[in-house]
Amino acid sequence: MKLQAMAVGLLVSGLVLVACGRETSPGAGNTTVTAPNVAHNVTVVGSPTFARMTQRGTVIIGVKNDQPGLGYLNPRTNKYEGFDIEMARLIAAKLGFDPNTKIQYQAIPSAAREQSIINGQIDYYVGTYTINDARKKLIAFAGPYFIAGQSLLVKADDQSITGPETLKGKRVCSATGSTPIRRVREQNLTDKIVEFQNYSQCVDQLLAGQVDAVTTDDAILKGYAAQDPQHLKVVGKPFSQEPYGVGLPHGDDALRAKMNDILDAAAQDGTWQTIYHATLGVSGSDATPPAVDRY
Amino acid sequence: MIELLVDNRDLFLTGFRNTILLFLLAGIGALVVGTLLAAMRVSPVPVLRLLGGGYVNIFRNTPLTLVFFFFAFAYPRLDLLDVSFFTRAVLALIVYTAAFVCEVVRSGINTVDVGQAEASRALGLTFTQTLTTIVVPQAIRSVVPPLTSVLNALLKNTTVAAGFAVAEAGQITPTLSERGASVLIGMVWIAIGFLILVIPLTATQRTLEKRWSVAR
Repeated sequence: MKLQAMAVGLLVSGLVLVACGRETSPGAGNTTVTAPNVAHNVTVVGSPTFARMTQRGTVIIGVKNDQPGLGYLNPRTNKYEGFDIEMARLIAAKLGFDPNTKIQYQAIPSAAREQSIINGQIDYYVGTYTINDARKKLIAFAGPYFIAGQSLLVKADDQSITGPETLKGKRVCSATGSTPIRRVREQNLTDKIVEFQNYSQCVDQLLAGQVDAVTTDDAILKGYAAQDPQHLKVVGKPFSQEPYGVGLPHGDDALRAKMNDILDAAAQDGTWQTIYHATLGVSGSDATPPAVDRY
Repeated sequence: MIELLVDNRDLFLTGFRNTILLFLLAGIGALVVGTLLAAMRVSPVPVLRLLGGGYVNIFRNTPLTLVFFFFAFAYPRLDLLDVSFFTRAVLALIVYTAAFVCEVVRSGINTVDVGQAEASRALGLTFTQTLTTIVVPQAIRSVVPPLTSVLNALLKNTTVAAGFAVAEAGQITPTLSERGASVLIGMVWIAIGFLILVIPLTATQRTLEKRWSVAR
């Protein structure tokens, strides 16, 4: 039994390691949840980012690859899927790039997002990216296109954790250097903080009994709970507001305005709802598109 | 630039404190285990030689990240003794570095003339006595520089632990990024921090080399 567990563990470690090495997969992500019409002859005057994209002929989008329902690289199909991915595809299409052939995805972990945008490694980032003032100093945000809130994921049979105030003395896991971990620290919810590079590793630790709760945005947690409802559940009300935006280079106001127009239009004509119901809405909850913030 | 260091000194202090702690514990552990492994590899017992050789071949050729993955994700599923993430990080570093220490020490042993061992055997010393009083003291002299390199690599390898729930120096940048500070300047400070940590290592190497240099 132990030997078997060890073999499984080694295999899993190997797979995870292989997954880590995979960064770009051009052409992947031909999900057919939505087939946005590709706009033609788009011009965004005064946008260096758009000029770069046009010259290259493809658009490089930074995404998450381990968040079911949001940004997830499905290992069976080897394609990206989820709400964030669909938003990224929609924006690409409305900027004149065919989402099925002209998108290159790059999986970028939370902590490297600002730097990869500043370095020009990606054109824009769509992946549970909370808009806040500190980040606005380094990059620009279009949107928000979704409002999430911090919540808690625990084991299905756990009765002791019901909300943030019940975390005292519990081991809480989240991604290294993420907003939720800072909130836990600032509000002094618990002193046993465990940090891993991404949320899927935290969920693995939760299932292995090494931590008691995983905390981050409810949208992300619901995705994990939906994958394994027998062992996992989301508890308590969201205790923060996380407006998700599209990250793009600082100072590129022309492209930001254009993206805001695209998101606005999607909210008006029902595209937003279609995308939501095909991805995050599968879990049964409803949501409405937030108003974009043209700061 | 100095502001970043002052504003985030809590981060840098705990980060580097854990790095030093990881390094010291794993360094001592790896030296002990590595020397034992080397003794196994040169011992007259075939089974021990086989075990030592197998260990080195497995762990010297395994990526460190994989060793960490094993201790962080597979180990808890084995239902063994429940230990902290920090302890597991130390174990991972020891297991990995010991293989390198073993090879360095063994190569040092090979530099000792075989006549030395034969002479001590002729004097009636046992294998253990030969090894500990004749061979290893001479071998250590020639392995100081490569051993320092191994320890140096260990110091830098400690940053892998950041991805596995140990808050050491490697964890400073992601947290800086969350705080909205410049990651690039943060990295410069981390590089400087590591340079400062390496200086005592290099100084020790120089002192030991000087003290132990004898004509052979």
